[in-house]
Amino acid sequence: MTAYNFAYLDEATKRMLRRAILKAVAIPGYQVPFSSREMPMPYGWGTGGVQLTAACLVPEDTLKVIDQGADDTTNAVSIRKFFARVAQVATTEATGAASIIQTRHRIPEAPLQEGQILVFQVPIPEPLRFLEPRETETRTMHALEDYGLMQVRLYEDIARHGEIARAYAYPVRVEGRYIMDPSPIPKFDNPKLDNCPALQLFGAGRECRIYALPPYTRVESLDFEDYPFTPSKAAGQCCALCGAMDSYLDEVITDDAGGRMFVCSDTDYCATRVAVQAEDAA
Amino acid sequence: MTAQLTPGFANPPIEAAHAFRQVLEAMAHPGRIMGLAGIAAPAPCSAAAACVLLTLVDGTTPLHLAGAHDCAPVRDWVRFHLGAPLVGPQEAAFALGTWDALGPLAIYPQGSAEYPDRSATLIVECVALQASGARLTGPGIKDAAWLNLPDPAALRTNAALFPRGVDIMFTSGAQIAALPRSTQIGDA
Ligand SMILES: [Zn+2]
Repeated sequence: MTAYNFAYLDEATKRMLRRAILKAVAIPGYQVPFSSREMPMPYGWGTGGVQLTAACLVPEDTLKVIDQGADDTTNAVSIRKFFARVAQVATTEATGAASIIQTRHRIPEAPLQEGQILVFQVPIPEPLRFLEPRETETRTMHALEDYGLMQVRLYEDIARHGEIARAYAYPVRVEGRYIMDPSPIPKFDNPKLDNCPALQLFGAGRECRIYALPPYTRVESLDFEDYPFTPSKAAGQCCALCGAMDSYLDEVITDDAGGRMFVCSDTDYCATRVAVQAEDAA
Repeated sequence: MTAQLTPGFANPPIEAAHAFRQVLEAMAHPGRIMGLAGIAAPAPCSAAAACVLLTLVDGTTPLHLAGAHDCAPVRDWVRFHLGAPLVGPQEAAFALGTWDALGPLAIYPQGSAEYPDRSATLIVECVALQASGARLTGPGIKDAAWLNLPDPAALRTNAALFPRGVDIMFTSGAQIAALPRSTQIGDA
Protein backbone atom coordinates (compact mmCIF):
# COMPACT_ATOMS: atom_id res chain seq x y z
CA MET A 1 0.00 0.00 0.00
CA THR A 2 1.07 3.55 -0.60
CA ALA A 3 1.58 5.88 2.32
CA TYR A 4 0.84 9.03 0.32
CA ASN A 5 -2.26 10.47 -1.29
CA PHE A 6 -2.93 10.12 -5.04
CA ALA A 7 -0.49 12.44 -6.86
CA TYR A 8 1.36 13.05 -3.58
CA LEU A 9 -0.38 16.27 -2.47
CA ASP A 10 -3.20 16.26 0.08
CA GLU A 11 -6.71 17.11 -1.09
CA ALA A 12 -6.83 20.57 0.55
CA THR A 13 -3.63 21.57 -1.26
CA LYS A 14 -4.96 20.26 -4.57
CA ARG A 15 -8.21 22.22 -4.12
CA MET A 16 -6.18 25.39 -3.51
CA LEU A 17 -4.05 24.73 -6.59
CA ARG A 18 -7.10 23.87 -8.69
CA ARG A 19 -8.88 27.09 -7.73
CA ALA A 20 -5.76 29.07 -8.66
CA ILE A 21 -5.46 27.21 -11.99
CA LEU A 22 -9.07 28.03 -12.91
CA LYS A 23 -8.57 31.73 -12.13
CA ALA A 24 -5.35 31.67 -14.17
CA VAL A 25 -7.25 30.18 -17.12
CA ALA A 26 -9.99 32.80 -16.72
CA ILE A 27 -7.45 35.67 -16.77
CA PRO A 28 -4.91 34.66 -19.46
CA GLY A 29 -1.38 35.89 -18.74
CA TYR A 30 -2.15 37.14 -15.22
CA GLN A 31 0.00 35.68 -12.42
CA VAL A 32 -2.20 34.15 -9.71
CA PRO A 33 -0.51 33.91 -6.29
CA PHE A 34 -0.73 30.54 -4.57
CA SER A 35 0.69 28.90 -1.46
CA SER A 36 3.54 26.78 -2.73
CA ARG A 37 4.06 23.47 -0.94
CA GLU A 38 7.22 21.62 -0.08
CA MET A 39 7.85 18.94 -2.67
CA PRO A 40 10.26 16.03 -2.31
CA MET A 41 12.70 17.75 -4.67
CA PRO A 42 14.69 20.97 -4.47
CA TYR A 43 13.60 24.28 -5.97
CA GLY A 44 15.08 24.57 -9.43
CA TRP A 45 13.85 21.04 -10.09
CA GLY A 46 10.52 22.42 -11.15
CA THR A 47 8.47 22.36 -7.97
CA GLY A 48 5.99 24.82 -9.50
CA GLY A 49 5.49 22.60 -12.51
CA VAL A 50 5.33 19.50 -10.34
CA GLN A 51 2.55 21.00 -8.22
CA LEU A 52 0.54 21.94 -11.34
CA THR A 53 0.99 18.46 -12.78
CA ALA A 54 -0.06 16.90 -9.47
CA ALA A 55 -3.21 19.05 -9.38
CA CYS A 56 -4.19 18.11 -12.94
CA LEU A 57 -3.32 14.40 -13.16
CA VAL A 58 -5.90 11.64 -13.41
CA PRO A 59 -4.91 7.95 -13.30
CA GLU A 60 -5.67 7.58 -17.04
CA ASP A 61 -3.11 10.25 -18.01
CA THR A 62 0.06 9.56 -19.98
CA LEU A 63 2.84 11.83 -18.79
CA LYS A 64 5.88 13.10 -20.65
CA VAL A 65 8.58 15.13 -18.91
CA ILE A 66 11.30 17.00 -20.77
CA ASP A 67 14.24 19.10 -19.67
CA GLN A 68 15.73 21.35 -22.37
CA GLY A 69 13.88 19.17 -24.89
CA ALA A 70 15.35 15.90 -23.62
CA ASP A 71 13.42 13.07 -21.94
CA ASP A 72 16.53 11.43 -20.49
CA THR A 73 18.08 14.07 -18.20
CA THR A 74 18.25 13.41 -14.45
CA ASN A 75 15.61 16.06 -13.79
CA ALA A 76 13.15 14.71 -16.37
CA VAL A 77 13.65 11.08 -15.38
CA SER A 78 13.20 11.76 -11.66
CA ILE A 79 9.98 13.76 -12.16
CA ARG A 80 8.59 11.07 -14.48
CA LYS A 81 9.45 8.32 -11.99
CA PHE A 82 7.94 10.36 -9.16
CA PHE A 83 4.54 10.57 -10.85
CA ALA A 84 4.64 6.98 -12.07
CA ARG A 85 5.04 6.05 -8.39
CA VAL A 86 2.65 8.47 -6.63
CA ALA A 87 -0.08 8.64 -9.29
CA GLN A 88 0.45 5.31 -11.10
CA VAL A 89 0.24 7.13 -14.45
CA ALA A 90 1.69 5.78 -17.68
CA THR A 91 4.69 7.67 -19.00
CA THR A 92 5.95 8.23 -22.52
CA GLU A 93 8.62 10.02 -24.47
CA ALA A 94 6.38 10.48 -27.50
CA THR A 95 4.92 13.99 -27.66
CA GLY A 96 1.86 12.77 -29.57
CA ALA A 97 1.09 10.05 -27.01
CA ALA A 98 1.20 12.32 -23.94
CA SER A 99 -1.88 13.87 -22.37
CA ILE A 100 0.22 16.00 -20.00
CA ILE A 101 3.72 17.23 -20.81
CA GLN A 102 5.80 18.89 -18.12
CA THR A 103 8.64 20.90 -19.57
CA ARG A 104 11.64 22.96 -18.61
CA HIS A 105 12.94 25.45 -21.18
CA ARG A 106 11.41 24.03 -24.39
CA ILE A 107 8.17 23.52 -26.29
CA PRO A 108 8.12 20.25 -28.25
CA GLU A 109 8.67 20.55 -32.02
CA ALA A 110 5.72 18.28 -32.88
CA PRO A 111 2.53 20.39 -32.94
CA LEU A 112 0.48 19.98 -29.77
CA GLN A 113 -3.13 18.77 -29.93
CA GLU A 114 -6.38 19.84 -28.37
CA GLY A 115 -6.84 18.06 -25.04
CA GLN A 116 -3.14 18.06 -24.21
CA ILE A 117 -1.82 20.11 -21.27
CA LEU A 118 1.67 21.60 -21.40
CA VAL A 119 3.03 22.44 -17.93
CA PHE A 120 6.00 24.83 -17.82
CA GLN A 121 8.50 25.01 -14.97
CA VAL A 122 9.11 28.70 -14.32
CA PRO A 123 12.03 30.16 -12.34
CA ILE A 124 11.09 33.88 -12.53
CA PRO A 125 7.45 34.52 -13.45
CA GLU A 126 7.59 38.32 -13.46
CA PRO A 127 8.56 39.72 -16.90
CA LEU A 128 9.01 43.19 -15.43
CA ARG A 129 11.35 42.04 -12.63
CA PHE A 130 14.51 43.13 -14.48
CA LEU A 131 13.06 46.65 -14.74
CA GLU A 132 11.59 46.88 -11.27
CA PRO A 133 12.52 44.58 -8.37
CA ARG A 134 9.61 45.60 -6.14
CA GLU A 135 6.59 43.28 -6.35
CA THR A 136 4.16 46.07 -5.35
CA GLU A 137 5.42 48.18 -8.25
CA THR A 138 5.26 45.46 -10.90
CA ARG A 139 1.78 44.53 -9.71
CA THR A 140 0.67 48.16 -10.18
CA MET A 141 2.27 48.27 -13.62
CA HIS A 142 0.28 45.19 -14.66
CA ALA A 143 -2.88 46.63 -13.10
CA LEU A 144 -2.54 49.93 -14.95
CA GLU A 145 -1.29 48.22 -18.13
CA ASP A 146 1.67 50.54 -17.68
CA TYR A 147 4.19 48.82 -19.93
CA GLY A 148 5.99 51.91 -21.24
CA LEU A 149 9.17 51.14 -19.31
CA MET A 150 9.36 47.70 -20.94
CA GLN A 151 9.00 49.26 -24.40
CA VAL A 152 11.73 51.79 -23.60
CA ARG A 153 14.10 49.09 -22.38
CA LEU A 154 13.58 46.92 -25.45
CA TYR A 155 14.13 49.93 -27.71
CA GLU A 156 17.38 50.70 -25.88
CA ASP A 157 18.44 47.15 -26.74
CA ILE A 158 17.86 47.88 -30.40
CA ALA A 159 19.80 51.14 -30.16
CA ARG A 160 22.71 49.35 -28.53
CA HIS A 161 22.76 45.94 -30.25
CA GLY A 162 20.74 46.52 -33.41
CA GLU A 163 18.13 44.03 -32.15
CA ILE A 164 16.28 43.03 -29.00
CA ALA A 165 19.07 41.16 -27.24
CA ARG A 166 17.07 38.37 -25.68
CA ALA A 167 17.51 34.80 -26.82
CA TYR A 168 15.46 33.26 -23.96
CA ALA A 169 12.42 34.26 -21.89
CA TYR A 170 11.49 36.72 -24.61
CA PRO A 171 8.41 38.60 -23.26
CA VAL A 172 5.00 38.21 -24.86
CA ARG A 173 1.69 40.07 -24.79
CA VAL A 174 -1.35 37.90 -24.10
CA GLU A 175 -4.60 38.78 -25.91
CA GLY A 176 -3.41 42.36 -26.11
CA ARG A 177 -3.48 42.71 -22.31
CA TYR A 178 -0.94 41.15 -19.92
CA ILE A 179 2.77 41.04 -20.62
CA MET A 180 3.93 37.55 -19.68
CA ASP A 181 7.23 35.72 -19.23
CA PRO A 182 7.06 32.51 -21.28
CA SER A 183 9.72 30.91 -19.00
CA PRO A 184 13.28 30.51 -20.33
CA ILE A 185 12.28 28.86 -23.61
CA PRO A 186 14.36 29.99 -26.61
CA LYS A 187 12.61 32.74 -28.54
CA PHE A 188 12.57 30.19 -31.38
CA ASP A 189 9.68 28.58 -29.45
CA ASN A 190 7.67 31.79 -28.97
CA PRO A 191 5.52 31.36 -32.10
CA LYS A 192 4.35 27.98 -30.74
CA LEU A 193 2.71 29.77 -27.78
CA ASP A 194 0.31 31.59 -30.10
CA ASN A 195 -3.05 30.05 -30.97
CA CYS A 196 -1.87 26.71 -29.52
CA PRO A 197 -4.60 24.02 -29.40
CA ALA A 198 -3.24 22.72 -26.06
CA LEU A 199 -3.79 24.30 -22.65
CA GLN A 200 -0.55 25.85 -21.37
CA LEU A 201 0.01 26.18 -17.61
CA PHE A 202 2.98 27.90 -15.97
CA GLY A 203 4.12 27.20 -12.40
CA ALA A 204 6.73 29.07 -10.37
CA GLY A 205 7.31 27.16 -7.11
CA ARG A 206 9.71 29.46 -5.31
CA GLU A 207 7.84 32.63 -6.31
CA CYS A 208 4.41 31.04 -5.76
CA ARG A 209 2.78 32.06 -9.04
CA ILE A 210 0.56 30.23 -11.51
CA TYR A 211 -0.43 31.59 -14.90
CA ALA A 212 -2.02 30.16 -18.00
CA LEU A 213 -2.69 30.38 -21.69
CA PRO A 214 -6.01 28.77 -22.62
CA PRO A 215 -6.07 26.99 -26.01
CA TYR A 216 -6.28 29.31 -29.03
CA THR A 217 -5.07 32.36 -27.13
CA ARG A 218 -3.43 35.21 -29.03
CA VAL A 219 0.20 35.50 -27.89
CA GLU A 220 2.44 38.12 -29.51
CA SER A 221 6.16 38.51 -28.92
CA LEU A 222 6.93 42.14 -28.09
CA ASP A 223 8.42 44.04 -30.99
CA PHE A 224 8.32 47.30 -32.91
CA GLU A 225 6.97 48.12 -36.35
CA ASP A 226 10.47 48.90 -37.64
CA TYR A 227 12.03 45.98 -35.73
CA PRO A 228 9.66 43.01 -36.05
CA PHE A 229 10.17 39.93 -33.90
CA THR A 230 12.30 37.18 -35.49
CA PRO A 231 12.45 33.69 -33.93
CA SER A 232 16.10 33.31 -34.93
CA LYS A 233 18.18 30.18 -34.89
CA ALA A 234 21.62 29.35 -36.24
CA ALA A 235 21.29 30.12 -39.94
CA GLY A 236 21.83 27.31 -42.41
CA GLN A 237 22.38 24.65 -39.74
CA CYS A 238 20.62 21.31 -39.78
CA CYS A 239 20.57 18.43 -37.31
CA ALA A 240 23.55 16.10 -37.74
CA LEU A 241 21.42 13.09 -36.74
CA CYS A 242 18.09 13.56 -38.53
CA GLY A 243 18.79 16.41 -40.94
CA ALA A 244 15.94 18.57 -39.63
CA MET A 245 16.14 22.16 -40.83
CA ASP A 246 13.12 23.34 -38.85
CA SER A 247 13.99 22.34 -35.28
CA TYR A 248 15.84 24.04 -32.45
CA LEU A 249 19.43 22.77 -32.31
CA ASP A 250 21.89 22.28 -29.47
CA GLU A 251 25.60 22.37 -30.12
CA VAL A 252 27.20 19.28 -28.57
CA ILE A 253 30.85 18.39 -28.10
CA THR A 254 31.50 15.02 -29.73
CA ASP A 255 35.07 14.18 -28.70
CA ASP A 256 38.07 15.27 -26.61
CA ALA A 257 39.58 17.01 -29.64
CA GLY A 258 36.84 19.64 -29.49
CA GLY A 259 34.79 18.18 -32.33
CA ARG A 260 31.23 19.48 -32.30
CA MET A 261 27.95 19.12 -34.09
CA PHE A 262 24.42 20.46 -34.03
CA VAL A 263 21.58 18.13 -33.03
CA CYS A 264 17.87 18.59 -32.27
CA SER A 265 17.27 19.72 -28.70
CA ASP A 266 13.94 17.82 -28.84
CA THR A 267 15.15 14.21 -28.49
CA ASP A 268 11.76 12.64 -29.25
CA TYR A 269 11.37 14.70 -32.44
CA CYS A 270 14.87 13.69 -33.56
CA ALA A 271 14.52 9.99 -32.69
CA THR A 272 11.14 9.81 -34.44
CA ARG A 273 12.62 11.32 -37.61
CA VAL A 274 15.63 8.98 -37.50
CA ALA A 275 13.31 5.97 -37.08
CA VAL A 276 11.14 7.02 -40.04
CA GLN A 277 14.24 7.50 -42.18
CA ALA A 278 15.53 4.03 -41.21
CA GLU A 279 12.15 2.54 -42.14
CA ASP A 280 12.13 4.32 -45.49
CA ALA A 281 15.65 3.11 -46.24
CA ALA A 282 14.80 -0.51 -45.40
CA MET B 1 -27.53 16.23 10.24
CA THR B 2 -30.68 15.16 8.40
CA ALA B 3 -31.56 11.63 7.42
CA GLN B 4 -31.45 12.61 3.75
CA LEU B 5 -27.74 13.50 3.80
CA THR B 6 -26.27 12.10 0.58
CA PRO B 7 -22.69 10.87 0.38
CA GLY B 8 -19.80 12.80 -1.16
CA PHE B 9 -17.07 11.26 -3.30
CA ALA B 10 -16.55 7.57 -2.49
CA ASN B 11 -12.86 7.87 -3.42
CA PRO B 12 -12.10 11.59 -3.05
CA PRO B 13 -8.57 11.80 -4.53
CA ILE B 14 -9.54 9.99 -7.74
CA GLU B 15 -13.05 11.37 -8.19
CA ALA B 16 -11.99 14.93 -7.43
CA ALA B 17 -9.16 14.57 -9.96
CA HIS B 18 -11.60 13.39 -12.64
CA ALA B 19 -14.10 16.11 -11.78
CA PHE B 20 -11.44 18.81 -11.84
CA ARG B 21 -10.24 17.78 -15.30
CA GLN B 22 -13.81 18.09 -16.60
CA VAL B 23 -14.16 21.52 -14.95
CA LEU B 24 -10.74 22.58 -16.28
CA GLU B 25 -11.69 21.46 -19.80
CA ALA B 26 -14.91 23.43 -19.47
CA MET B 27 -13.11 26.57 -18.28
CA ALA B 28 -10.39 26.20 -20.93
CA HIS B 29 -13.04 25.82 -23.66
CA PRO B 30 -15.78 28.34 -22.82
CA GLY B 31 -19.21 27.18 -23.94
CA ARG B 32 -18.17 23.54 -24.34
CA ILE B 33 -20.63 21.26 -22.54
CA MET B 34 -18.84 18.64 -20.43
CA GLY B 35 -20.16 15.70 -18.39
CA LEU B 36 -19.84 15.85 -14.62
CA ALA B 37 -21.62 13.02 -12.83
CA GLY B 38 -21.26 10.44 -10.09
CA ILE B 39 -22.76 12.29 -7.16
CA ALA B 40 -26.20 12.01 -5.58
CA ALA B 41 -26.74 15.67 -4.80
CA PRO B 42 -29.19 17.11 -2.26
CA ALA B 43 -32.19 18.64 -4.07
CA PRO B 44 -32.38 21.14 -5.68
CA CYS B 45 -28.62 20.92 -6.27
CA SER B 46 -27.61 19.25 -9.55
CA ALA B 47 -25.07 16.42 -9.66
CA ALA B 48 -22.72 18.66 -11.66
CA ALA B 49 -22.94 21.50 -9.15
CA ALA B 50 -22.34 19.11 -6.25
CA CYS B 51 -19.26 17.76 -8.07
CA VAL B 52 -17.90 21.29 -8.51
CA LEU B 53 -18.46 22.05 -4.82
CA LEU B 54 -16.76 18.84 -3.65
CA THR B 55 -13.82 19.51 -5.96
CA LEU B 56 -13.17 23.18 -5.25
CA VAL B 57 -14.92 24.37 -2.10
CA ASP B 58 -13.80 23.87 1.50
CA GLY B 59 -13.42 25.66 4.81
CA THR B 60 -11.25 28.35 3.19
CA THR B 61 -13.81 29.39 0.57
CA PRO B 62 -16.93 31.28 1.70
CA LEU B 63 -20.02 30.02 -0.12
CA HIS B 64 -23.27 31.82 -0.88
CA LEU B 65 -26.39 29.72 -1.32
CA ALA B 66 -29.08 31.63 -3.22
CA GLY B 67 -32.85 31.13 -3.34
CA ALA B 68 -34.12 27.56 -3.26
CA HIS B 69 -30.55 26.26 -2.83
CA ASP B 70 -30.46 27.95 0.57
CA CYS B 71 -32.39 25.11 2.20
CA ALA B 72 -31.72 22.75 5.10
CA PRO B 73 -30.71 19.68 3.03
CA VAL B 74 -28.14 21.67 0.99
CA ARG B 75 -26.88 23.57 4.05
CA ASP B 76 -26.45 20.28 5.97
CA TRP B 77 -24.65 18.71 3.03
CA VAL B 78 -22.33 21.72 2.72
CA ARG B 79 -21.64 21.71 6.45
CA PHE B 80 -20.84 18.00 6.50
CA HIS B 81 -18.87 17.57 3.25
CA LEU B 82 -17.28 20.98 2.66
CA GLY B 83 -17.22 22.92 5.91
CA ALA B 84 -17.47 26.12 3.89
CA PRO B 85 -18.69 29.21 5.77
CA LEU B 86 -22.08 30.30 4.41
CA VAL B 87 -22.05 34.00 3.60
CA GLY B 88 -23.86 36.75 1.73
CA PRO B 89 -23.06 37.47 -1.92
CA GLN B 90 -20.62 40.30 -1.11
CA GLU B 91 -18.23 37.94 0.70
CA ALA B 92 -18.63 34.87 -1.50
CA ALA B 93 -15.75 33.07 -3.19
CA PHE B 94 -18.34 30.69 -4.65
CA ALA B 95 -22.09 31.07 -5.08
CA LEU B 96 -24.73 28.54 -6.02
CA GLY B 97 -28.24 29.10 -7.30
CA THR B 98 -30.40 29.76 -10.32
CA TRP B 99 -29.67 32.85 -12.41
CA ASP B 100 -32.67 34.71 -10.99
CA ALA B 101 -31.90 33.73 -7.39
CA LEU B 102 -28.23 34.74 -7.60
CA GLY B 103 -29.19 38.31 -8.46
CA PRO B 104 -27.05 40.96 -10.17
CA LEU B 105 -23.44 39.92 -10.88
CA ALA B 106 -22.17 43.25 -9.56
CA ILE B 107 -22.97 42.32 -5.94
CA TYR B 108 -20.30 39.58 -5.99
CA PRO B 109 -16.55 40.21 -5.50
CA GLN B 110 -15.10 41.29 -8.85
CA GLY B 111 -11.42 41.25 -7.85
CA SER B 112 -9.26 44.36 -7.89
CA ALA B 113 -7.09 45.75 -10.66
CA GLU B 114 -4.04 44.42 -8.77
CA TYR B 115 -5.64 41.09 -7.81
CA PRO B 116 -8.35 40.28 -10.37
CA ASP B 117 -8.24 36.64 -9.23
CA ARG B 118 -9.88 37.62 -5.93
CA SER B 119 -13.27 37.36 -7.55
CA ALA B 120 -16.27 35.11 -7.13
CA THR B 121 -17.05 31.98 -9.13
CA LEU B 122 -20.78 31.55 -9.67
CA ILE B 123 -22.36 28.13 -10.17
CA VAL B 124 -25.55 28.85 -12.08
CA GLU B 125 -28.11 26.04 -12.12
CA CYS B 126 -29.94 25.84 -15.45
CA VAL B 127 -32.88 23.87 -16.82
CA ALA B 128 -30.77 22.71 -19.77
CA LEU B 129 -27.44 23.49 -21.45
CA GLN B 130 -27.52 23.85 -25.23
CA ALA B 131 -24.85 24.72 -27.77
CA SER B 132 -27.06 27.40 -29.25
CA GLY B 133 -27.97 31.00 -28.51
CA ALA B 134 -25.24 33.55 -27.85
CA ARG B 135 -22.09 33.41 -29.98
CA LEU B 136 -18.91 33.15 -27.88
CA THR B 137 -15.38 34.05 -28.96
CA GLY B 138 -12.09 34.63 -27.17
CA PRO B 139 -9.38 32.59 -25.40
CA GLY B 140 -10.13 28.86 -25.39
CA ILE B 141 -12.41 29.04 -28.42
CA LYS B 142 -11.05 28.06 -31.85
CA ASP B 143 -13.51 29.95 -34.02
CA ALA B 144 -16.76 30.39 -32.16
CA ALA B 145 -18.91 28.52 -29.64
CA TRP B 146 -22.56 28.89 -28.77
CA LEU B 147 -24.32 28.59 -25.44
CA ASN B 148 -27.83 29.35 -24.22
CA LEU B 149 -26.93 32.15 -21.81
CA PRO B 150 -29.60 33.36 -19.39
CA ASP B 151 -28.88 37.08 -19.86
CA PRO B 152 -26.30 37.94 -22.56
CA ALA B 153 -26.45 41.67 -21.80
CA ALA B 154 -25.53 41.24 -18.12
CA LEU B 155 -22.77 38.79 -19.00
CA ARG B 156 -21.44 41.19 -21.65
CA THR B 157 -21.19 43.86 -18.93
CA ASN B 158 -19.21 41.42 -16.80
CA ALA B 159 -16.83 40.63 -19.69
CA ALA B 160 -16.28 44.36 -20.24
CA LEU B 161 -14.77 44.57 -16.74
CA PHE B 162 -11.86 42.30 -17.80
CA PRO B 163 -9.44 41.59 -16.16
CA ARG B 164 -11.87 42.09 -13.27
CA GLY B 165 -15.21 40.31 -13.17
CA VAL B 166 -16.75 37.03 -12.04
CA ASP B 167 -16.40 33.60 -13.68
CA ILE B 168 -19.40 31.42 -14.26
CA MET B 169 -20.07 27.70 -14.40
CA PHE B 170 -23.47 26.76 -15.79
CA THR B 171 -24.69 23.41 -14.48
CA SER B 172 -27.66 21.24 -15.38
CA GLY B 173 -28.12 17.65 -14.24
CA ALA B 174 -24.79 15.96 -14.97
CA GLN B 175 -23.49 18.67 -17.33
CA ILE B 176 -21.34 21.77 -16.99
CA ALA B 177 -20.28 24.61 -19.29
CA ALA B 178 -18.12 27.55 -18.25
CA LEU B 179 -18.05 31.22 -19.09
CA PRO B 180 -14.90 32.92 -17.80
CA ARG B 181 -14.76 36.72 -17.82
CA SER B 182 -12.39 36.58 -20.82
CA THR B 183 -15.11 35.40 -23.22
CA GLN B 184 -16.58 37.88 -25.68
CA ILE B 185 -20.34 37.52 -26.04
CA GLY B 186 -21.91 38.28 -29.39
CA ASP B 187 -25.49 38.13 -30.57
CA ALA B 188 -27.63 35.05 -30.81
ZN1 LIG C 1 17.44 15.83 -35.24
